[in-house]
Amino acid sequence: MRQAKLNRRDFLAGTSAVVAGSAMLATAGGILIGPNAAWAIAPQAVTTAEAATLVEMTRALYPHEKLDDAIYAKVVATLDEKAAKDPAMKTMLQAGVAELKAGKWDDLNADAREAALKTIDTTPFFQTVRGECVTGIYNNPDVWKIYGYEGASAELGGYLHRGFDEITWPDQA
Amino acid sequence: MASKFELNDSSVVVVVGSGAGGGTVANELAQKGVNVVVLEAGARHEIEDFVNDEWGSFSQISWLDKRTTSGSWRVAKDFAGLPAWIVKAVGGSTVHWAGASLRFQEHEFKTKTTYGELAGANLLDWPITLAEMEPFYDRAEDKMGVTGTHGIPRLPGNNNYKVLAAGAKKLGYTDFHTGNMAINSVPRDNRGSCQQIGFCFQGCKSGAKWSTLYTEIPKGEETGHLEVRPNSQVLQVQHNDKGLVTGVLYADKDGKQHVQKARVVCVAGNSIESPRLLLNSASAMFPDGLANSSGQVGKNYMRHMTGSVYAIFDKPVHMYRGTTMAGIVRDEAKLDTKRGFVGGYEMETLSLGIPFMAAFLDPGGWGKSFSSAMEGYDHMAGMWLVGEDMPQETNRITLHASEKDSYGLPIPNVHFDDHPNDVAMREHAFGRGSALYDAVGAKRTLRTPPYPSTHNLGTNRMSAEAKDGVVNKHGQTHDIKNLFVSDGSQFTTGGAENPTLTIVALAIRQAEFIADQMQKKEI
Repeated sequence: MRQAKLNRRDFLAGTSAVVAGSAMLATAGGILIGPNAAWAIAPQAVTTAEAATLVEMTRALYPHEKLDDAIYAKVVATLDEKAAKDPAMKTMLQAGVAELKAGKWDDLNADAREAALKTIDTTPFFQTVRGECVTGIYNNPDVWKIYGYEGASAELGGYLHRGFDEITWPDQA
Repeated sequence: MASKFELNDSSVVVVVGSGAGGGTVANELAQKGVNVVVLEAGARHEIEDFVNDEWGSFSQISWLDKRTTSGSWRVAKDFAGLPAWIVKAVGGSTVHWAGASLRFQEHEFKTKTTYGELAGANLLDWPITLAEMEPFYDRAEDKMGVTGTHGIPRLPGNNNYKVLAAGAKKLGYTDFHTGNMAINSVPRDNRGSCQQIGFCFQGCKSGAKWSTLYTEIPKGEETGHLEVRPNSQVLQVQHNDKGLVTGVLYADKDGKQHVQKARVVCVAGNSIESPRLLLNSASAMFPDGLANSSGQVGKNYMRHMTGSVYAIFDKPVHMYRGTTMAGIVRDEAKLDTKRGFVGGYEMETLSLGIPFMAAFLDPGGWGKSFSSAMEGYDHMAGMWLVGEDMPQETNRITLHASEKDSYGLPIPNVHFDDHPNDVAMREHAFGRGSALYDAVGAKRTLRTPPYPSTHNLGTNRMSAEAKDGVVNKHGQTHDIKNLFVSDGSQFTTGGAENPTLTIVALAIRQAEFIADQMQKKEI
């Protein structure tokens, strides 16, 4: 993943605060840290609190119990990177998050979050975040491993001797 | 590399495009001693350059030049800037094709006679019959090494095929097998046999799958009569005051423009670029574009009725292991109007990796329903449904009114509306596909809408009479005797079958005609 430069000075720069409604930690040094410091991102365009909400939004869009927040945080880091170069995108992301927050996002459970997102699914904000997820989540080899896709095979000699025809259950079905 | 043939050498045949049609007609001519210059818009990537990475390969080989879409087809909504999923590289779309090599059925060459009048459909009989095509189909199958023909064994079935075959049997289908594939099941033609790598759409890393890139083109080059110029985008076909073509204007990789003189020009840029080139070549003598006295250039765009069914099972499948198109059910390909539509469709296994599955399974989809389907990925089997769609004059390639490419030429717009017959066929196919998987215990079936078009057909169609189409039975334009169309845009109608074998057979046939006409000094 895109591991932000998390050095001791940043980490100690200010008081840390737990982001409401999640186990993520936003430091005053501008770093968003995952549970047990498993991952961290240092958003440049949006605030750490906004980044935390975006992480939650990407999970609500494509909820996978087996996927760690780190996968979603990577998508948010990419969005933030684009926003750092594009003021209009930054404004859009921040306004979008503000709208979610206004809808009591932090208090909603997973189903209610999906329902809340449904009400904004035609907005450019929604489509931008969703579009980034499609490649950001599913083009990640860490995700492939979890859901049983083996990726490149040519250098391993293909599947001719590695199970291309191994299943037998259809014959008995 | 220095040019083999001079720009002012007006004795050469210029072929625009190096895919199934262009690559084949070029080699066939070179084998007969005719000098050929192939101008290919894309780069030359060899086998070692291909990557087993869906998005990486997509950006490496796809035709991504700007295009626009219109019409009610779902592709215009889901992939507004990508109407077609084809290749811009030496070898054209034979680099990413799956390899299915099926002959048309007899009635598919005469749909107007067979189907009768169908409101909104611009049906027309081909000016050729199956009997006339058979010797060329034979030669094409032999050239391409098609399994299940010429004593070539069929490929072994992979996991995805096993599910398809079990379901087909349960439904009482009888015509199913691992296909007629231009993929070596045994070493042949100096190429090895299939290693079941998968990633057929990303360029075959073993070379077992036929592609003009490493068959026709190097064979033609070995004769000394063929030169391929990659990164050469043809901008205009030029003509003289007698109304004969004299050469083409093209831009090289640095954008520098050249004129390559020619005795004959064969256009084979696939069904969007080929009509676009003819339309962009309009002149005072041909104000509506070259070869367009009928007004049919760009019209009757076909893309096959398509759709996919994916199904999730209790037990693992690992459908991505092995050939992408690993088997076929042909029972629904026949004509049986009791189903509520004319024409037929094929059911062919298909698999996508997780990256493309996320993009194509339900474009725009999200939420728990979508992500739970993705979680079933390794327990998933899949099939592609591909059938004959109806030609309609209003489905067409036009030049964009305002948007231009980097050379200042109008970009193409692709307009498509499904014909009611296409819709009825898709519904039937979705139903049968789902039933097939249900019969072997699917927990959940998913109906996937059409991908961007891979089978682009019909926009310079073949006709007996000049008023009905653009080219005659040899692919020679009705209007200009030394201008030919050598790709799938010649198709009068689409048939249910994957088109490449027919494109190759037509190209072999066309090369004979061109060589003969050149010898007789007719062209």
